[in-house]
Formats: sequence, structure tokens, C-alpha cells
Amino acid sequence: MVGSRRVIRAACTAAQEAGLHAGMALAQAQALVPNLHVAEATPEEDEASLRELARWAIGYSPVVAPDPPDGLWIDIAGVAHLFGSEEELLNDLTSRLTRQGIAAKAAVADAPGAAWAVARFGAGGVVPTGRTVDVVAPLSIRALRIAADKLSTLHRLGIERIGQLAAMPRAPLVRRFGRDVALRLDQVMGHAFEPITPLIPKDTLTASVAFAEPIGRLEDLKSVVLRLAKDLCRQLERRGEGARRIDLICQRVDQKSACLRVGTAKANRDAVHLARLFDERLQTVDPGFGIEEIVLVASKVEPMTEKQVQARGLGDEVIEADMGQLVDRLGARIGMRQVYRLTPVQSLVPERMARRISALAPPTGSVWPENLPRPTRLLDPPEPVVATALLPDHPPAFFIWRKVRHKVAKADGPERITPEWWNGDKGSAARDYYRVETEQGGRFWIFRDAPTAEGGRWWMHGFFA
Amino acid sequence: MHAGQQDRLADLRLQIARLEGCSHRVKPLSFGLCDLDGHLPGGGLARGALHEMIEAGLASEFAGCTTLFTAGIAARLKGPVLWCLTRRDLFAPGLLRAGLHPDRVIYAEAESDREILPLIEEGLREKGLAAVVGEVTRMGLTASRRLQLAAEATGVTALVIRRWWTVAEKDLVHLPTAAVTRWRIAPAPSELMPAPGLGRERWQVELLRCRGAAPRTWILEACDAKGRLALPADLADRSDQAADRRAVAS
Repeated sequence: MVGSRRVIRAACTAAQEAGLHAGMALAQAQALVPNLHVAEATPEEDEASLRELARWAIGYSPVVAPDPPDGLWIDIAGVAHLFGSEEELLNDLTSRLTRQGIAAKAAVADAPGAAWAVARFGAGGVVPTGRTVDVVAPLSIRALRIAADKLSTLHRLGIERIGQLAAMPRAPLVRRFGRDVALRLDQVMGHAFEPITPLIPKDTLTASVAFAEPIGRLEDLKSVVLRLAKDLCRQLERRGEGARRIDLICQRVDQKSACLRVGTAKANRDAVHLARLFDERLQTVDPGFGIEEIVLVASKVEPMTEKQVQARGLGDEVIEADMGQLVDRLGARIGMRQVYRLTPVQSLVPERMARRISALAPPTGSVWPENLPRPTRLLDPPEPVVATALLPDHPPAFFIWRKVRHKVAKADGPERITPEWWNGDKGSAARDYYRVETEQGGRFWIFRDAPTAEGGRWWMHGFFA
Repeated sequence: MHAGQQDRLADLRLQIARLEGCSHRVKPLSFGLCDLDGHLPGGGLARGALHEMIEAGLASEFAGCTTLFTAGIAARLKGPVLWCLTRRDLFAPGLLRAGLHPDRVIYAEAESDREILPLIEEGLREKGLAAVVGEVTRMGLTASRRLQLAAEATGVTALVIRRWWTVAEKDLVHLPTAAVTRWRIAPAPSELMPAPGLGRERWQVELLRCRGAAPRTWILEACDAKGRLALPADLADRSDQAADRRAVAS
């Protein structure tokens, strides 16, 4: 409602196709589409659901802030590697949102302003570091987040693109349009800093400490983190919970914040262990002129029950390895996805015999069939070899692989492995695998992808012991 | 030797052991072969120490035996195993042939050698692991010393497979390190079978370097399903002078 006029605030895709758009008078819209479904706008509810979405997005990074009416800020500095790369993080984020029925466009850039502009007016995706200016320059000046009246003035002057505005002399620009236009311009180019105030949900456990004098030494940081971790763990203990994910937010004197995130493989409230997960990465924090506040947030918690620890000296002295802590420490270095176990899959196709599972998944107890001779090293993809067999369907007498000629002394086979159509194998070529031993004793796993009569070729697939 | 002298020798050994750290506190892992165990100081492969396995061959085509030899050692130790790797050519079903159950192995996959060495050290600092297996090309003296100290402190055995693909890398893996033993495993022609087929594979196991023992070469039969090596029946009584000479020459 603007004055007494009822206008459209938002329109769904179908409505947009029918020619409706935000800002249009409702009467005009109803004239265009007679049986239009109209719902009253509820800005408060929209904002609440945006906050709810921001809470959900904390799964990606500790520093998330809602940007009403329709945006979210996510500071992904220091967390992208947990998803593989920035591109993968974006893909993950947008595909999850799409699955929930939320149309979303996302961008990663060096500065929040640039990301805002590229997500709304550009192509989205990842803006490479240092290329912000090139990417932002051709965008419309509407991407600058400036007031509507200033926009129309700029339009009247024939300035349509950010690049044109940036090319103007600075002093007249500020005099004519005010300081805020210049500030927005600097923010979109990444020259001016823009703080993001992180949203911390109410019931989240935090421990924080503010310093009268800013600190910056690595040793100080480490001891502070340990102190905060102890504090946090006491709180967790009181609630009977353990942390699955912990965020560290360092507020610098110049209002920039650095954040680190670590995950644990299972709920944990061992302060020393949790503090040690940050140890390696604390040196990547640039303290600048000093850090004035440090906040430790248990952003994801799970109920945790204490386990009876076996007393030393009773029974046989077997030290159970705490695999949870080891996996955490490894995961903090290379990302949790890179730490895994392999479990057998019911399949005989070599490339598909194992599946990754979580490193701490309960033991499956299943093994591969024991009488199958399998190599310990697999070439993926297989490499072509030139081989000569004396008779069709006999193992080769010699073969040339990587320009070296090997004479086969003994061989075993064939073992036929047929493609598994139920697993999506295309083609019908069954492979005949032979184990061959060369004159030197080296054992290889080579296969022919079709019978000799049908022009089967030979491939090297693995090395036996 | 007099009884007094023997006492003094035992006392000296104890003192040296104390100086060298605590790696001799736990009993070494026996191979179950008198020939091999008798040659190694302490009667087996020292636990809580760094051991290196080098791949033999012209173009790393014998990588399989080194892997299985290492897996066999890890399988005979008790507890979970951490396997740190950079390339994805390891084929887990093959490890089962040495008796390494898939539930026991946790893999950590890193991008480069520089990332993998800290992972190995992290694993070595975890008491209760059976062994940490690392696949590494570059490992300097300092890095290997760190790993050796970490292994000594916790008693976890470090088994490092030195992988190489080019001639330059081959030279690199033969540079000295602080490892307690260094092995090179190459295949050897297996026993002739009466019928076409393959018998149990044989390896030429070379002990290139060992603290407290001379280099030596054995021809052994490969790991069985429990990770045990064996002495070939037809070679068991043969003199291995030739093998000794070869080791000295290399």
C-alpha cells in the first residue's frame, strides 16, 4: 500500500510471465489477469523467514547476516576449503535452496558490495580475486544500492553503467551527489570496507572476551582460544551437549573480522582438543592493528553422553585410540571429506568395488569375496598395451606397455567381468582379465575388452604384488 | 665370554637404549622367519619407529609389491591404521589379501607431499593406532627426523612408502633420511607350477639400510591372507651368499 494506492510488492514467476512486476498498481494487474491470486504483503513475516534462512545458512559460515528484503550476506573467508572450493560451495548452496523451492542467485566476490551487485545484476558465480573492477564496471548503476532519486538524476545525465560513474572525477561527484554515492561506489569496487554484523541465534552457546588493549601475537591468540574453549566446554557440560562445529570470530580494531571454523566428527567437549583444532589455522589470521574481541561460538551442538573410561591398571593395558579426535585433527587440516573409510560394494566391476563412508561410521564387518585375486594398485583409467596371444582366448605371450616389452612367463585367466546394466554401464563389452607374470616376476592385471575375433584390445589395469 | 662381561654388555645396551629414546621399550614385530628376525636388531621390525619402503623397478611398475609388503606389516599390528595418500591408485580390495580388514583402515587424502607429512605426524601422535602408512615422494632429513621422534614418543609405527614416477624422483627417494630401516621390494620369478597358472608370488626383499644391522637381500614368498611372509621351500636350505654379495654391490 502506497498512500491509498495498492501496488504489487512481489510477483511469482508465473505472474511475471503474464506481464506483472513489482511496483505495478494492483488494479492494473487485476485488469491484466482477471482471476489473480493476491496475498497481503507481510514485511514482518518476510523478515522473520529471512532471519530463519540466515540461521540455516550458518551451516556454511559463522558470519551470516540477513540483508532485507531479499538477500543474505555470507562471509566465506576461511571456510570455502571445507566444501572443496568456492564454486562447489556456491553450487551446494544454490542447489539446496532450489530443492527447498527458493529461487536463488549467488555470487562470491572480494567485497560484499561487489557480490551484492553481481548476484543481482550480473551473472552470479565466482568473481576471481582481483578482477572485481572489470566484472562490476559493465553493470547497471542500480547495482550500487543508492537512493531512487539519485538514480533517476544519474539516468538523466546519461550515466547507466558503474564504469561510467567510476570514470567521473571524484570531487565533482561527491559535490553533486553526496558522500553516500561515492561510498557505495568504493564498496562495490572493494576500496571501502563494509562490515557484516554476524547473526548469532539466541540459544547458541558463546564465550567471548574483549581486550582493553588489542592483542596480535600468535601465542596470545592460542592461550585466549584455550581459555574460551574451557569456558565454552563448561557451558556445554551443564547442558549435556557436545560441539559438532565451532566458530572463532576475531574482531579487529579496524572493524574487520576474521573467522575460522572447525568441525568435529562426533560431539566433543574436550577443551584442549577443541582449542588444538584451531592451532594450525590461527596463523592464517591477520591481526592487522590488533584484535580487540574474540568470540567462540558453538554453532552446532549435539546431545552427548559421558562414557565410562576404563581405569588404568585394571584388566589388560590396551590403549583405545580416540579416533574421533584424530579424525577431527586431520579434518581440520584437509577437510572432513578427505578423511574416509572404504567399504565393500556388491559389485565386481573394479572401479566400483569400494564406496567411501564416514571415517567414524560403525564397522560394517563386510569384506570383499576372499578368493578374488585383486591388485593393490589400480590404473585409472586403464592404459592401452600392445599384446600378442598365441591363440584366441589365450593369455598374451608378450606385451608392450609404456614402450617396454615384457615377455610373459606364466599367466592365469581369463576371469570374465561383465558390465552391470543395473548400475548404468553402457555398452555390452565384457572384459576378460588375465593375471600375468613376466620373466622378471612382475605381476600385472591386464584385460581384453572383447574377444579377439571381435577385435578386442588389450589394456593394463593394475599391479599385483 | 665371561658372565661379568655379559652383564656389562647388557648394561651398556640398556644405557644406549635409554639414550636413543624409548623405541626399544616395546617388543619388535617379528616376521616369523628366523632368517629375517635373526638379522634384524632386537629380533624383528622395531615398533614406534620410522620405516621406509622404496618401490623398485624401471617405472614404478612394481608398486604393487611394496604396497602389499607394507599392508602385511600393518595387518599384523593390532589396532586401526591410518593410510595417508595423495594419488587415488590404491585399490582397497587388494589390501585384503594381506589381511588388512577395510574396517581397520582410515584414509586421509591430501593434495601434495607438503600436506601429507603433517598428516602422518598427526597420526603418529595418536596413541593406540597400529601404524600410520604414508605415501610420500619427497621427505627430507628434518621431516623424517620429526616423524621418527613422533613415532618414538607414542609407539606408533610409521611405514612410509616412497613413491616415484620419474628418474629424478627415483634419485630423490634414495637420499638419506632418519628412518630406522629402509627396504626395497622387487618381484622375483615364482616357482614353476606343474600346470599352467600362477603360484604364490615371490619377492626380492632388500634391506638397504638398517640401524644396527648390515644390508641384506632375501628371496621370500609374498604375504598370505594374514600378512605373513614365508621362506620358499626350494630355497630354504640354499646358501644365500650370492644375495649378500648383491646387496653389498648395490
